[in-house]
Amino acid sequence: MAEDSKLDRVEDSVPSKHRRGRLKVFLGSAPGVGKTHAMLQSALRRRQDGGGVAILCVETHGRPETERMAAQLETLSHPETRGERAVPRIDLANVIARRPRLVLIDDLGHGAIVDGKPVRRTSLVEPLLEAGIDIDTTLDVQNLESVNDTMARQSGVRVRDTVPDDVVGMADEIELVDQPPEVLIRRLRDGMIHVDDTLNRSMRRFFSRRNLTALREMAMRVAADRLDALVSGDNGAPAAAHDHLVVCINDSPLWRRILRTARRLAETQHIPWTIVYAQTARYEQLDEAARDRLVHAMRLGERWGAEIVTLNAQGDIADEILSFAERRRATRILVGRSRSRHLSRFFGHTVDSKLLRKANNIEVTVVIPEEAELAPRWKLPAPEKLRRFFGVWLAATAAVAGALGLSLALASFMPLHNVSLIFLAGVVLIAIRVGLWPSIYTSILSFLVYNFFFTEPNYSLSVTHEEDIITISFFLVMATLTGNLAARVRYQMEEIRQSAKRIENLYDFSRRVAASVSLDDTLWAVVTHVAGALRCRALVLLPGAGERLDIVSGFPPEDHLDPEDWAAAERAWTEQRAAGWAEPDNEAGGWLFIPMRTASGVIGLLGVLFEDQRTQLSPEHRRLLDAVVDQAAVAIERTKLTVDFEEARILSETEQLRSALLSSVSHDLRTPLVSILGSATSLANLGEAIPPEDRTELAQTILDESERLNRFVQNLLDMTRLGYGALEPKRDWVDLRDVLGGAVRDMQRSLEDLKVELQAGADLPLMYVDPVLIGQVVVNLLDNAAKHAPLHSTVSVRALRRGEDVAVSIIDNGPGIPPGDRQAIFDMFYRVAVRDSDARGTGLGLAICKGLVEAHGGTIEAHSGPDGIGTEMTFTLPIREVPPIIEPMDMDS
Amino acid sequence: MPDTAAKILVVDDEPQIRKFLRISLNAHGYAVVEAARGEDGITQCATEQPDLVVLDLGLPDLDGQEVIGRIREWSQVPILVLSVRTDEEEKVRALNNGAYDYVTKPFGIAELIARVRVGLRAHTVEEEVPSIVKAGPLVIDLPARTVTRDGVPVKLSKKEFEILRLLVTNAGRVLTHQYLLQEVWGPAQLEETHYLRIYVGHLRQKLDDSPDNPRYIVTEPGVGYRFVGSFG
Repeated sequence: MAEDSKLDRVEDSVPSKHRRGRLKVFLGSAPGVGKTHAMLQSALRRRQDGGGVAILCVETHGRPETERMAAQLETLSHPETRGERAVPRIDLANVIARRPRLVLIDDLGHGAIVDGKPVRRTSLVEPLLEAGIDIDTTLDVQNLESVNDTMARQSGVRVRDTVPDDVVGMADEIELVDQPPEVLIRRLRDGMIHVDDTLNRSMRRFFSRRNLTALREMAMRVAADRLDALVSGDNGAPAAAHDHLVVCINDSPLWRRILRTARRLAETQHIPWTIVYAQTARYEQLDEAARDRLVHAMRLGERWGAEIVTLNAQGDIADEILSFAERRRATRILVGRSRSRHLSRFFGHTVDSKLLRKANNIEVTVVIPEEAELAPRWKLPAPEKLRRFFGVWLAATAAVAGALGLSLALASFMPLHNVSLIFLAGVVLIAIRVGLWPSIYTSILSFLVYNFFFTEPNYSLSVTHEEDIITISFFLVMATLTGNLAARVRYQMEEIRQSAKRIENLYDFSRRVAASVSLDDTLWAVVTHVAGALRCRALVLLPGAGERLDIVSGFPPEDHLDPEDWAAAERAWTEQRAAGWAEPDNEAGGWLFIPMRTASGVIGLLGVLFEDQRTQLSPEHRRLLDAVVDQAAVAIERTKLTVDFEEARILSETEQLRSALLSSVSHDLRTPLVSILGSATSLANLGEAIPPEDRTELAQTILDESERLNRFVQNLLDMTRLGYGALEPKRDWVDLRDVLGGAVRDMQRSLEDLKVELQAGADLPLMYVDPVLIGQVVVNLLDNAAKHAPLHSTVSVRALRRGEDVAVSIIDNGPGIPPGDRQAIFDMFYRVAVRDSDARGTGLGLAICKGLVEAHGGTIEAHSGPDGIGTEMTFTLPIREVPPIIEPMDMDS
Repeated sequence: MPDTAAKILVVDDEPQIRKFLRISLNAHGYAVVEAARGEDGITQCATEQPDLVVLDLGLPDLDGQEVIGRIREWSQVPILVLSVRTDEEEKVRALNNGAYDYVTKPFGIAELIARVRVGLRAHTVEEEVPSIVKAGPLVIDLPARTVTRDGVPVKLSKKEFEILRLLVTNAGRVLTHQYLLQEVWGPAQLEETHYLRIYVGHLRQKLDDSPDNPRYIVTEPGVGYRFVGSFG
């Protein structure tokens, strides 16, 4: 191996076994600040001090300096190509066995292949530290999850490879690598910053001064917070963002609602959130279903952008959660109401009530379960179900027993017949509290007991007195009637509650739909509403390209259907009726699809899947479903119309642009052609008949107009290429005076009747630009000036250094541009309205100037000329430092 | 005119362009043969033995660059290339492949004739550059490595003189950045065009030449430099 010597150095240094490694983070405020460079530099220094240093991952992005530094260290990984990028393949055991004192992990947020599996590089941190190996790593602050969220909101750019904020909390040392925004913007412009492909398109937007400043601020704050924490001995993670929401979940079925609430909170208030599960000894006792629920909740939370943390709670859960929330600087805790018995709630022993009591600076929100949600009866585990079932009958029996006891005790004080009233009271009580059938059971039992104990002959079921028979019969009838009545009242009350809830649901739904602006929002509102209202899973299918149905939204998110379900959906779509589960011709599919109808026909399908295996929909559910489907249809159609309208608007604007282009092309191509054709035919037909000086003039006209035509064609070509983003400046070191001089020479003929004054500052540096394109800009600006400047006036061309830029101005003393038009003239096909029809502008020239200048990272503006006369067009180009000449200047010959 | 009856082969697929080239070149006393396609052009080049080839880079059958390469396999005939503006890289490639100069389309006939003259001269008067070159007020003594302007000595550094020497001995011809860098700095510095910019800047200053309105050294954007001083 060629690296034998480097390898020795690695193995020489054996870290002590009991020492835990230290983590040092080189925190960059933005891509391109030089994190990797700083890390390598520090590593090389450390190696000189006698430590074994090895590279696990370093991305040089082809920078020679970085490559040179990296080459001096051994790399303990092999690159493996995954898709478009090379990912380091690392054998962790091997790395630990080699015992470097320090390993380098570049870009902690990226991936690696460790022991054959693709993982995040963050997963390397713990085992390496544990093995006593120090880690130096680099990280851009926007890769921190909380910062990424904030930045995504601000800049619209989200990075993929995020790292939990915890990593910073674990760091023993943070080194901030930072550059002023101006430097970064310049570096990006000069192509010196490697940009992730995913970011490429939006990079220009991202690398704004504002964003960079914000990032810088956040990086400083993260570093400062960590420093604070280190000083005060707190091991907590820093508050990278202002707010943080901590969401507590347990195995309760309430989790779905808690998560939904949390997500809504986090998203509307733009705060990062963390889902916390406090694991206690109880976890071991949880059944499969409860554990599944937990895993599911965590997965869903992760997908919704939450960070997942499991706390190992030894002591009080509420205390653990609070201390975690404080470490996170959380401003808000969301917790579900515990299912605990009323008594412990009364004494404040539940987690939620403790949190409410103990949290001082943190707002605690308690999510109250809806009854069915908390403990759906059909979902209770079997023993409980049994107990409840028997409990009903037990209660009925107990009521009778109670009545019996009371009757026996009171029998001596009151007339025998009145004793029956005591039993009747028991029957009514059961009818009201429990239900019809238990009440009938109670009445029969009461009749038997009454008959047995209180009618002659006593202690027998036979009846001798006729009056007793009548009493008992009325007793039975009364009991049944009362029980029935009470049960019905109960049922009706339940009904009213249900319908109130339904109305509330629908109201909530319409409010959400009204607020949604995009089709996606509406669809999401539809599926969450259906899923919530019917306690099912919900899908919306809309016809996509080629009228094929596509799953466009689902709750929980879903993009797959089994073939039999697809078949049902197709049936529902083509036959425009409900199909699938519980419908006559269903083939084993679990989903039910219902067409969504509006006045204009069926617009799509709503699919529902009930997870409990009931065999058909109750009428009440069916009604609800129909109502929801109608609403959904209307909502979706409304949104689609809005979207269509927007598209139509854009289309018509495109159409306008196209017709402007056509009219411009026909005008600007034809005008010079008229002169050329006229002059040429004169020459061809009249020939010698024209005096020689006129012939020369005609030829000159042909020449001038041809050049104009040529410039126009060049502009058209450039515009097309700019429009397709295909115009890459071919940059080279250029003396700007060359370019200006060249442009003036090219325009010589057009500027014939004008005086051109060229002034270039003596301190003009070499510029790194595309000489041809910048030449084109100057030509267009000169062309513009030539059109508007009065005869024999002066057109000035000035190039001056202005701070970090060079500003080039072309000044004429023509009519000038009204202030209101000074922005718009750079739009395509815009022409300032002028009285004379001699406005020979194409409306293209300035738009192209703007495009070309911006492609160079510069700006272009129109002002009025000196003393408010004429026009001063100024464009700037950024100065890039000229690389030094390596050899000595040989000034002596 | 010393180059009377010089024979020029025009390879271009546009009959209109061939026609006006033929008429103008004839009017300047050159004999013209024409080819519409690359293959035909190569054949004609062998059979007609022209003194110079005017070659359009955009041909329907063969890439112009390939035509240059194939002619260069057996002939040193000077090749003048016709190209459009946006193809600076193509021009540089053609020059590297063996073309001696280019004209950007659309072009005026005066410019073309000037280039043709330079091509014919360089070919016929093989390396017979006078040892003392005069251009306006400039006198450049190549063997003595001295330059005077209006009789006043101009002090040039070694590399400045070297650049000037290359430009002057190839007067009228464009020299690419790469060629100049290779000749003056050697093969390691081919990408460092800013060296050239800085030295040419100094050179222009010392010769009292200005980039705004050059009398001696003209910049060809994206390609190279050309010495234009009239001799005499």
